Formats: sequence, C-alpha cells, structure tokens
Amino acid sequence: MTTELSGALHESALREPALQEPWPDLRLQREAVGLGMWFFLASEVLFFAALFCSYAVYRSFNPEAFRIAAAHTEIIYGSVNTALLLTSSLTMTIALRAATVRLRRLTLVCLGATALLGVAFLVTKGLEYRADIDEHLVPGPGFPLEPPATAIFWGLYWIMTGIHAIHLTAGIGVVVVVMTLFWRETIPVQGSTMEGVAIYWHFVDTVWIFLFPLIYLAGRS
Amino acid sequence: MSEMTLPYAPAEEQAVTSYLDEGHTVLSWLLTTDHKRIAILYAVSITFFFFIGGIAIGLVRLELISPTGWFMTSDEYNRAFSIHGIIMVWFFLVPSIPATMGNFVLPMMIGAPDVAFPRLNLLSWYLYLIGASFTVYVLLSGGVDTGWTFYPPFSSNYSHSSVVPAAIGVFVVGFSSIATGVNFMATIHLLRAPGMTWFRLPLFAWSMYVVSMVMVLATPVLAMSLLLICAERLFGLPIFDASVGGDPVLFQHLFWFYSHPAVYIMILPAMGVVSEVFACFARKRVFGYAFMVYALLVIGVVGFMVWGHHMFVAGQSPLANLIFSFLSFIVAVPSAIKVFNWTATLYRGQIGFEAPMLYALGFLGLFTIGGLTGLFLASVPIDIATTDSYFVVAHFHTIMVGGTVSAFMAGIHYWWPKVTGRCYHEFAAQLAAITMFLGFNLTFIPQFIMGWLGMPRRYHFYPDVFQVWHVLSSGGAAMLAVAYLLPLAYLGWSLFKGDRAGDNPWGATGLEWQTPSPPPKQNFLRPPRVTSAPYQYHDAGRTREEGEQAPIAGQEGAR
Repeated sequence: MTTELSGALHESALREPALQEPWPDLRLQREAVGLGMWFFLASEVLFFAALFCSYAVYRSFNPEAFRIAAAHTEIIYGSVNTALLLTSSLTMTIALRAATVRLRRLTLVCLGATALLGVAFLVTKGLEYRADIDEHLVPGPGFPLEPPATAIFWGLYWIMTGIHAIHLTAGIGVVVVVMTLFWRETIPVQGSTMEGVAIYWHFVDTVWIFLFPLIYLAGRS
Repeated sequence: MSEMTLPYAPAEEQAVTSYLDEGHTVLSWLLTTDHKRIAILYAVSITFFFFIGGIAIGLVRLELISPTGWFMTSDEYNRAFSIHGIIMVWFFLVPSIPATMGNFVLPMMIGAPDVAFPRLNLLSWYLYLIGASFTVYVLLSGGVDTGWTFYPPFSSNYSHSSVVPAAIGVFVVGFSSIATGVNFMATIHLLRAPGMTWFRLPLFAWSMYVVSMVMVLATPVLAMSLLLICAERLFGLPIFDASVGGDPVLFQHLFWFYSHPAVYIMILPAMGVVSEVFACFARKRVFGYAFMVYALLVIGVVGFMVWGHHMFVAGQSPLANLIFSFLSFIVAVPSAIKVFNWTATLYRGQIGFEAPMLYALGFLGLFTIGGLTGLFLASVPIDIATTDSYFVVAHFHTIMVGGTVSAFMAGIHYWWPKVTGRCYHEFAAQLAAITMFLGFNLTFIPQFIMGWLGMPRRYHFYPDVFQVWHVLSSGGAAMLAVAYLLPLAYLGWSLFKGDRAGDNPWGATGLEWQTPSPPPKQNFLRPPRVTSAPYQYHDAGRTREEGEQAPIAGQEGAR
C-alpha cells in the first residue's frame, strides 16, 4: 500500500518537474501559490496600513506643519521613481504572460528589465536621500524646519520610504533568484513560481502609488 | 471505552514506518518538512519558554509574599514581570495550540498529506527560533522593564533596558505566526479530502481557519508599532514624542489593534480543542454545530473592533468609549453561545472523566469566570475604577491561562496517543488536571478580590491589608507549578515505558484517528474520503451496541 502510493507520487513528479509536495496536480499548486501570496499581501497591507494610519492622524492634527514639511521633498526624484516603478510593473506583466505561454527567452529578458528598473529606483532613491541629508532633513539636532511637528512628517518620510525600499530590495532579490533558476532550467518558467513573484512585485509598486501623493504632493496643492 | 474498536478503524495492521522512524539523525529533524515533526519541534521550544516564563513569575510571586519586598529591588521586579509577560504571550500562548496541535492534527483532520507549503512551515519554526534568541539575549543582558506592552514614551525615550532586542524578538516571532496563518488558510482552502466540505470540517479545523485569519491581519500592525518604537529609540525619529506633537496614545491604538485580537488568537484554538474533547468524552455530536462555526467567525471579526476598551482611561473621547464598550459587550454573545452549546453537548452524554475531559471541564469553568469578569471590564464606569488593578490581571489570566493552558493540556493529553503511539498514566494525568484547576483558582480568586479592593498591578510594595491575599495567591502559584511539572514527569515516562496505544484509543471519530498511531509520513495509508458530518458518535455508539448484541444472537442460534 505504502510503496504503491509513493510510487504513484514519484511517477507524477517525473511527469511534471514543476510539481512539489503535497500537490496532486499543477493547477491546484498554482492556485495555492496565488492564494498564499494574496493572504500574505493582506498581511502586508495591514503592515503598511499602520503607517498610513499614523500619517493620517498626524496630518489631521498638524495640517499646516505637514504642508510646510512636504514642500521640502524632492519631487523630481519622486516623479522619476514613479515612472521607473510603473514601467517595471509593465515588464513584470509581460514576463508573467510570456511564462504562461512558455516563451522562456522573453520571460528572462523581461525579468531582467524588471530587476534593472528596480535597481534604478533604488539608485534614484539613494540620490534623493543624499539631497535630503544635505539639507539636514533628518529629525534631530540641526533639523531646520518649523513648527516642531514637521519633524513627525520627516520621521514618517524616512520610515515609509525606507520600509518600501526594503520591500523593493527583497523583490529584486527574488526576481534575480527566480531568473537564475529559469536560466539553469532548474524549474520551468510555466510553473507556479512566476505568479507569486509577479503579485508581490505589483504590490510593492502599488504601495509606492500611495506613498507618492502623501509624500510629494501634500505640500504642493 | 479504551478497549473499544470501531468498524471504520483500519483493519490491516501491517507494519508501516511511522513518521518518527523516518530517520533518527538530528538533521532529519532540523531539516524536516513533515508537519508532524515541525509540530514536535515547536512543542519542545514552547515548553522550554513556558518554564522560563514560569520561573520569572515564580520569582515575582515569591517576592510578593512580603509587603515590603525581601530579595528583589524594584527594578529587578519590573524586569521579572516584563519578561514573564513577553515570553508567555509571544513565545508560548500565541504559538501554543496552533503551532503544535494545529500543525500536527489539522492536515490529518482534513485528510491532507501535509500543509500547503511545507518549507514555509519549517521556515516559520526557524523564525520562531531567531525571535527566541533575541529574547534569550534580552534575558542575558539584564532584561527589559517596560512591561509586555512597550508603552511609549517610557519605552522610546526613558527606559535604560534592552527594549530594542526585545521588540525585535517579538517582531520576528510575529512573522512566524503570519507564516503559519497563511499556510493553514491555504491548506484548509485547497487540501481538503474529497467529501470534506466546509460544513463537515471538525470545529478544531474551523478554529484554526479563523485564528489564521486573525494572525494574518493583526500581527503586521504589532510589527509596525514595534518598528516605530525602535525607529524612535535608535534613530530619534519622533513618531510618538509628545514634545513635537507626537501622540503616545496612537501607539496604544496600534498596539491593541493587534493585542486585543491576540487574546482571540489564544482562545479560539482553545475553543476548537475542547469542542473535539467534549464530543469525544460525552459520546455525542457537538450541539448546534453550525452555530459553533458562526460563533467562531463572529468572535474573529468583532474581535478586531474592540481594542479601544484598553484605553478607557487614556483620554479617548466619550463617544469612542461608548462604542468600544458596546462592541465589547457584543463579543459576549457568540462566546455565550459556545458555552451553552458545550453544556448542551454534555447534557445526557455518556460522560467519561479521562484526563483530557477533566482539563476541558476546567476550561469551561475558567472560561466562564474569565468571560463574565470581562463583562465587568467592558463597562466603562467599572473599568475606570478597576483599571490597572489586580482585577484586570486576574481577568485576563483566567482567559489566557485558565482558558488556553487548560485547553492546551486537554489537547496534549487527547492527541498524545496519536502523536507518540503511547499511553500515559491515566491517574497521574487526572491528578494533574485537578491540581491545575484548584491551583489556578487559588492563585487568581484572591487576585480578583484584592483587585476589587484596590490593589494596583505592577507594584512591588503594598499595604499590609493585602498580604493575606498575596500569600494565598503565591500558594496557588506553587500548586500550579506542581500541576505543570507533573505532566513533564508522566508524559516523559510514557515515551519510554508507556503501553502501546491503539490507533484509536478514545474511540473518537475524525480522520486523524483512522490511521496508525504514530501515523506514517504521508498520514494515511490510502487517500481518505469523507461521507458524513463530523462527530458521528451516535452512529458509532449504535454500531457498537449492534456489534455487542450480534455474538449473543449467534450463540442463541447455535443453541
């Protein structure tokens, strides 16, 4: 009985190299990866929600301070980054579609482009951070803005963009790993992996779409 | 009852390799992706931390025997109760039932070969270990003195203890719960055996589903609030600093948005466990199964909307107080439905008083006491009078310890024969169950009384009038210590010398009992198929009666 069952499992594993335990077939496995990723993203939404909630509370308490503080953000860097990240979502979507129809080369090219756009975002963000530090926009001694509550905006700025950048770095890491696995044909492109990666990438992009107006447009209305 | 064999128990007693014999090296355990082995890794780790947290509170209770203190400084006292709270909440209670029994039993209950993401499951244990090592570092570096709630501005600006390592430990262990939650939800959605419809799920599986939802949605908010504390402490980013317009109460909102649902993370799995135990040891189907499911869901959802009752005295608006008070009363409705349905399950059942049942009955009594005193605290005027008193301490310990630990022990004893394939000493277990119930009440009923009389929590020195209650309470704590050490002894003994348990020693229904004890790696010898609702104890009893009558009829025929 036991050997029969494990024999059957073995056979199905040989038929479909992308199949992992404990799944009986690839369709269900793909569904599970998508579902698991959505549940994880629900968690992530609440993670960022705590930040957005803090931002909303403090902005409603100190509207004027937030307007003054937000006017000092670097909108050029912010806008370039928005363009970079939205384009990366486009290349990610093409990669996913290409993987589904088993166009391996196109998948690899688009994943590479996605990772590069992500890196470009981080580089731009780094330049922006340097410009912010040059203007002493880090709360603490020598912080130039008044009233005091502007320090809260800038505290949130560093935390929000920092946590977003950590998420993006993780995303780039995952994309590079998955690319390597596809490149070496360790796992086939049409397996369940691409879907999870793509959903996560779009999520990180979506968070930025919310961050952009809160950070860069709040002081420029 | 233990001698009974059921017609659906597997007839073939062939030699199968149990999951315990699939490799005996240390690496075969540390790198396993088998949900059953991961459950055992978790069980060992949380038991270790349970006793560390227990030692911390043992010292506190010893110190409180004298109204003026006798061997601790106030600072040491603060660190002792803080580490007790942090360890017991995040390193024992939150993972207690889901990570051990949930991991072991849930896939078997729904007829699955494993959880949906076995490697993620192992990762969650390693995340637990990483978080735990931060906490061990906190212990070695002299502790943390903020209490388990980390309230700013004390935690962010003034405390001189290891706040950041403690917060990072809790942050990391939170991701271990999220991983478990995601895994369980995907498992229940996609890996149910053929015929296992949603309304045929055992209530324990339902409780795991709801608790996973709460874990996934509440834990990240705690993670963020601790991150903000760390950012303020490490980098001086003034998020909760009142001197620039920051609001420490905002932290309380974020913290309790997690930490109130966390109480449901602790108690919902307990409800699942006792539902299984009551049905089995009363030989009856659970009364009002559908309403038990709805009650779990309602508690899970409304549990997210009551966090404000922790801030009745924190300067919340009267309207907010009114709404949070009302919603807190609402939670009593599904909780009461569950209590009444358990009672109705027992009514006219063929009750057996084996150890799991004694623990479950203890749960029922203590959960009722904890729940009813919760209603006192949901009411704004009474809460204002009793805030930060021992009344609150006694209330939440009655739910979290009296409720969850009783159910945890009930579950450990109920599934022990399945997990280990061995029987424990029944009388010793019954004795431990009764000792725990009595010891628990001796510890906390005096705390209810002195809290009502005005004894504040977290105080090291107290007026002489409270001494008698503190001495009684410390005596109860000593009894509880005995009740917790006893199982270590007889369960440990059973591992080596216990009698072999059959596949189904309790004569229970449920898929996990229809496979060898201990189960093989892939859980079932053949893929299970479900044809009926859970808890078919009436049918089982009827078949047994027919089985008992049949040979007699045959003998008569022979004559």
